[in-house]
Amino acid sequence: MAMLHIVNKSPFEKVTFDSCLGHASAGDSILMIEDAAVGAIDGTAFADKLKAAMADKSIYVLAGDLTARGLSEDRIIDGIKTVDYAGFVDLTADNETTQSWL
Amino acid sequence: MSSKKFMFVNRKAPYGTVYALESLEVVLISAAFDQDVSLAFIDDGVYQITNGQDTTGIGQKNFSKAYKALGDYDISKLYVEKESLAERGLTQDDLMDLVWEDEDDDWAEKSSIILVSREEMAAVMAEQEVTLSF
Repeated sequence: MAMLHIVNKSPFEKVTFDSCLGHASAGDSILMIEDAAVGAIDGTAFADKLKAAMADKSIYVLAGDLTARGLSEDRIIDGIKTVDYAGFVDLTADNETTQSWL
Repeated sequence: MSSKKFMFVNRKAPYGTVYALESLEVVLISAAFDQDVSLAFIDDGVYQITNGQDTTGIGQKNFSKAYKALGDYDISKLYVEKESLAERGLTQDDLMDLVWEDEDDDWAEKSSIILVSREEMAAVMAEQEVTLSF
């Protein structure tokens, strides 16, 4: 069963994002919201971990949370998709289950 | 009242939690008490002063422009840690142009941002008499 994992903590501040990556299964989706959005940027100390996860998982980021933090969408890692709130809703509908990593 | 060296340490990204806004409010209050105030931006705190913040997509108030007023309150020492920027794929070009006017130099506009290494930041922290962490 495909699961949507929702992460809202910065990967630079908490181990939450690492734990999510360690527990998500192949075929799952991961959505970065709130402070987790900063993890989508390329060239960071976290980028390689996310790129590795992208081999078998789909990664999304909430666009409004990127721009709120002064980060433009053209700086995110290739292959990460941006979504708005409607896209967030679609993701929850398209996956059988969701897990929020608080 | 004698002046003391105050440092506000900012370690969190804005908007996801209320720490950044709360810190900014206390900093502005502290300016009224004529203290020697410095700000430190380390870890995710560096996101607080990024350029071009646009919060229309998340329905929250964009308070980033308030940092531009700090110079007018004689708060002109904003220490930003180089390592924290680099770990996040950022450079000084990604930060707001925060300035103050030096009355001893014909009101010349000078940058408030002082880029320091982690080691230098530790030394600045060690000089403080009061440290408030957010």
